[in-house]
Amino acid sequence: MATAPPASRISTTRFLRSTRIRSYEIVVWALAVAALVVFPAHAPLWNEIAILALFAVSLGHAAFFGTGCYAAALFAKHVMPDPLVGLAVAAIAAGLLGLITSPLVLRGSDLTRLMVTLGVALILFELANRYSEITGGADGLQGVVMGPLLGLFKFGLDGRVGYSYSLIVLFLLFVLARRIVNSPFGYGLRAIRDNRLRATAIGINANARLAAVYTLAGAYGGVAGALLAQTTAFASLDVLDFHRSADVMLVLVVGGIGYLYGGLLGAVVFTVLRDQLSALSPEYWQFWLGLVLVIVVLVGHERLARPWHRLADWFERRAEASRAGVEASR
Amino acid sequence: MTLAALRTHGLCKQFGGITATQDVSITIARGARHALIGPNGAGKTTLVNLLTGVLQPSAGRIELEGEDITGMPAHQRVRRGLVRTFQINQLFAAFTPIETMSLVIAQREGQGADCFRALCRHAGAVDEAIALLERFHLAADMDVRTSMLPYGKRRLLEIAIAVASRPRVLLLDEPVAGVPVGESKEILDTLSALPSDVSVLLIEHDMDLVFRFATRMSVLVNGALFVEGTTNEIARNPEVKAVYLGEASHA
Repeated sequence: MATAPPASRISTTRFLRSTRIRSYEIVVWALAVAALVVFPAHAPLWNEIAILALFAVSLGHAAFFGTGCYAAALFAKHVMPDPLVGLAVAAIAAGLLGLITSPLVLRGSDLTRLMVTLGVALILFELANRYSEITGGADGLQGVVMGPLLGLFKFGLDGRVGYSYSLIVLFLLFVLARRIVNSPFGYGLRAIRDNRLRATAIGINANARLAAVYTLAGAYGGVAGALLAQTTAFASLDVLDFHRSADVMLVLVVGGIGYLYGGLLGAVVFTVLRDQLSALSPEYWQFWLGLVLVIVVLVGHERLARPWHRLADWFERRAEASRAGVEASR
Repeated sequence: MTLAALRTHGLCKQFGGITATQDVSITIARGARHALIGPNGAGKTTLVNLLTGVLQPSAGRIELEGEDITGMPAHQRVRRGLVRTFQINQLFAAFTPIETMSLVIAQREGQGADCFRALCRHAGAVDEAIALLERFHLAADMDVRTSMLPYGKRRLLEIAIAVASRPRVLLLDEPVAGVPVGESKEILDTLSALPSDVSVLLIEHDMDLVFRFATRMSVLVNGALFVEGTTNEIARNPEVKAVYLGEASHA
């Protein structure tokens, strides 16, 4: 059915423009670069944020993060110190774990899925603990020495090269994720989430799609873990710990789910908040952090992030009430 | 008999002790306008679910254009041209009609797994989507979220999705259910305009619609095939009147 572009093509500009780069996106990345220029002394903190943001864009699953972290650290220690090759190895290792475990998460309801994913992380944690001659166990993996990036830039203690590296990797994977979201594959995934019965009825193989994206998310999580291992030249059991997954939950509570920049925004707020609160109140910072999160949940992310919507609603109600009043007085 | 588009042999479905489908052997000829009628609870929707692969039969076989599809997953049946509409709208609530239709067409063209080029850059799919939306009087609402559309428009979108899938065999499960009389004409017109080699199985309650649209009919009672024939034969059949049409003739 060859059709000439119909005249009403103009009326669907919103859809045709859906891939356009928006101004806030430029602002976000400009700020990320500016952070290093203006506050170079905080580079390790910025690095932490970049890694958490990437982790949040993936599934936020400690099993993948830890796998990527150990894969990168062990690869650097025993095989080759080059960071980029190590990054690829970590992505493949975590992606494979995703592929292997995908049949587990494709079954069951949301709650069973949550338990299964937690179970996988627990199993890996205990394995890493048990085989301490390989992983270093509770003491962590010592003696990881990273080679210079591209053979030129050495990872220094000031963390500037580390942050630059993490930021570039985050940016590139963000660009890729953005492309996927707007592609037919990405639309297909949202279609499955929206209405699986209908998605199948237009010929989408839901299980294969979910397995594919789970593998990809595993690789993303693995890269995040690898960045941590490479920029700190260290890996410990902590990277497989439950709190890693819980952190991402909190990041997404703050940032909101369903859009890519939510994870980034949440990672910034969460990390800065934790950093500031622990400086202000070294003993009770967790209390204050908890309080902030409770408020976010109670007030609602939408109303906190976009207070002007509430104001607009309020004005509209007022205007309506006065109109009704005028009408009644007639 | 090589002309059969869709054929079942001794199809059975049991849910525990309840038999929802009992030994149904039905043949839909290529290009047929075939109606499936039967009182409430006769097992019409169960039969559709068996044909489309939502349910697996307890016994029996299903053939699509001569190929055995009994154990085939639902999405592969769609790719072979067995397409359905749902009695209750099944739409992507968060998508706009143009997004929905572009996805359906890209998927049909085998582009569904493309994870690099944006959907809105698949110009062929988008142009065809717009053309179809115009045909279904949805062009003005193409950028409105589906959840915000009025019921009649959503019903049209449901049918438009099926047509966009380029069916070889189309199963329509009460296509005008709940649609106001004025708007149901739009749906019927688009269905009448389907290419003549597309076979249609219409599951419907509305007898006026059945007699206007279909040339052959099968009557399903208590999960089993009661009688089959041309619409005229069925209309004159006293037994059918007794079990089914009789209800209507009192009115």
